[in-house]
Amino acid sequence: MTNALHIEGLVKTYGDGMHALKGIDLTVAQGDFFALLGPNGAGKSTTLGIVCSLVNKTSGIVRVFGHDIDTDLSAAKLNLGVVPQEFNFNQFEKVFDIVTTQAGYYGIPIKRARASAEHYLRKLGLWAKRDSPARMLSGGMKRRLMIARALVHEPRLLILDEPTAGVDIELRRSMWSFLEEMNRQGTTIILTTHYLEEAEALCRNIAIIDQGLILKHTSKKELLQQLHVETFVLDTDQALTAPPVLNGFTTHLTDEGALEVEVEKGQGLNEVFAELNRHGIKVMSMRTKANRLEELFLRLVEENADSGAVLQ
Amino acid sequence: MTPYAIFTAFQTIVVREIRRFTRIWPQTLLPPAVTMTLYFIIFGNLIGSRIGQMDGFDYMSFIVPGLIMMSVITSSYANVVSSFFSMKFQRSIEELLVSPVPNWVILAGYVAGGMARGLGVGFIVTLLSLAFTQLQIHNLPVVILTVCLTSALFSLGGFINAMLATKFDDISIVPTFILTPLTYLGGVFYSIQLLPEFWQGVSMINPILYMVNAFRYGILGVSDVNVWIALGMVLFFITVLVVVCLRMLQRGKGIRH
Repeated sequence: MTNALHIEGLVKTYGDGMHALKGIDLTVAQGDFFALLGPNGAGKSTTLGIVCSLVNKTSGIVRVFGHDIDTDLSAAKLNLGVVPQEFNFNQFEKVFDIVTTQAGYYGIPIKRARASAEHYLRKLGLWAKRDSPARMLSGGMKRRLMIARALVHEPRLLILDEPTAGVDIELRRSMWSFLEEMNRQGTTIILTTHYLEEAEALCRNIAIIDQGLILKHTSKKELLQQLHVETFVLDTDQALTAPPVLNGFTTHLTDEGALEVEVEKGQGLNEVFAELNRHGIKVMSMRTKANRLEELFLRLVEENADSGAVLQ
Repeated sequence: MTPYAIFTAFQTIVVREIRRFTRIWPQTLLPPAVTMTLYFIIFGNLIGSRIGQMDGFDYMSFIVPGLIMMSVITSSYANVVSSFFSMKFQRSIEELLVSPVPNWVILAGYVAGGMARGLGVGFIVTLLSLAFTQLQIHNLPVVILTVCLTSALFSLGGFINAMLATKFDDISIVPTFILTPLTYLGGVFYSIQLLPEFWQGVSMINPILYMVNAFRYGILGVSDVNVWIALGMVLFFITVLVVVCLRMLQRGKGIRH
């Protein structure tokens, strides 16, 4: 089956000489829910910008559902829906006009455009605001407007560049449900996000990009298996002044006096509790320091910086 | 995209452009109506009555074609430059760039939008002029051809200006320092026969002179230049500007990184 997205040897050097992408390869299968993760300036938005024709590539191959953007750009674009990081609609236009106009750009006749716009505006809770100028919407509504606009022509591949940035937790969860539903219905989704919790909750496959290079490109399951150490934060019944020595475990005290315990792959939490019992310390509550993906992400990015990729 | 889909995309751009300038009509349609009415009153009636005849016509009749053309030129240019630059500024141009609309359709849509406003304003000014003078039409096809081609040409000019502009100041430089002086010196208010020979020669390198005179010929039947040369020049400039615009769009000049 043709991949939803195929990227080969993609290079982007900006006019000021900055090498944003240094020859990346990436494939996203049809029906996938894919996360492209990386720190600020890693090359995520440049990659997606090239796929969406907002950025000119220096060299390399990009295919969307088999359509090469160099030779068959129009067909590639017909399959794409894009939700950018920044609000990029006319703030003075009405919500309904923004969505129907976008449908028109895809050649959808006005009657069908109106029906499709109504469908997605209702689904995203914006129907009541259809006659409001876009500038009157709240930040969360503006994000949903951009999703409705991206979906109005029913693309097979939806690209979301940090769709939940600055969105409150309740709205973020409802957007997750909506995206999961879209994915279940067959839309391939690629998202970039700074909330690694979001990628862990939604995505099946993940690529980590840093300094214009893909560091990892694998399934979330495999990626998480590579996490050798997980850090747990324990609140204890005692005010500890120094971290207790637990056999086989590294411990630290946080500034707030909580106990951090690093648990390596293969070690059990029972052993941690047994060691704490031996010291007469009772655990009142427990949480992970960072979510698992976040921990792995930080390690990979740190390793990449240490390996001198900056100098490349 | 199928031809029908391409037509739908074109229609969408034109409708959006018309919706934009009609929504803000006090900024787009009203000012030229007020300005031109003042020109008719002051230059046509008050001063014109003392000037007497120009090229065999009373002064009011003589300046009406030029003033109509002036409003068409400035409105066509202003529509495209402000609309396209504000899309760039708000980044809503990305809506078009991610869509499969071919570049030539984007250009055609904006030019048609500019022409809609230019011709709309020209129509309003023409109606207003009827309150001051009786308009005769000497050659209707020349009138229509001249006004449409001129409107298209200045819409293309506005498009290039918007593509190159990086700040709001950049979109007012050309209208203020190039377009307005060329229009005023393009025989709107006088026949170049009144000028010394040297300045007649200088005037002949002003392209707007040709458009104003071709239009005046269509209405009054008098012109300082050959109408067919004038129309040929406009067609030539349109061809050049279309090529420039399409190349700029292809390269993404000012709109793609």
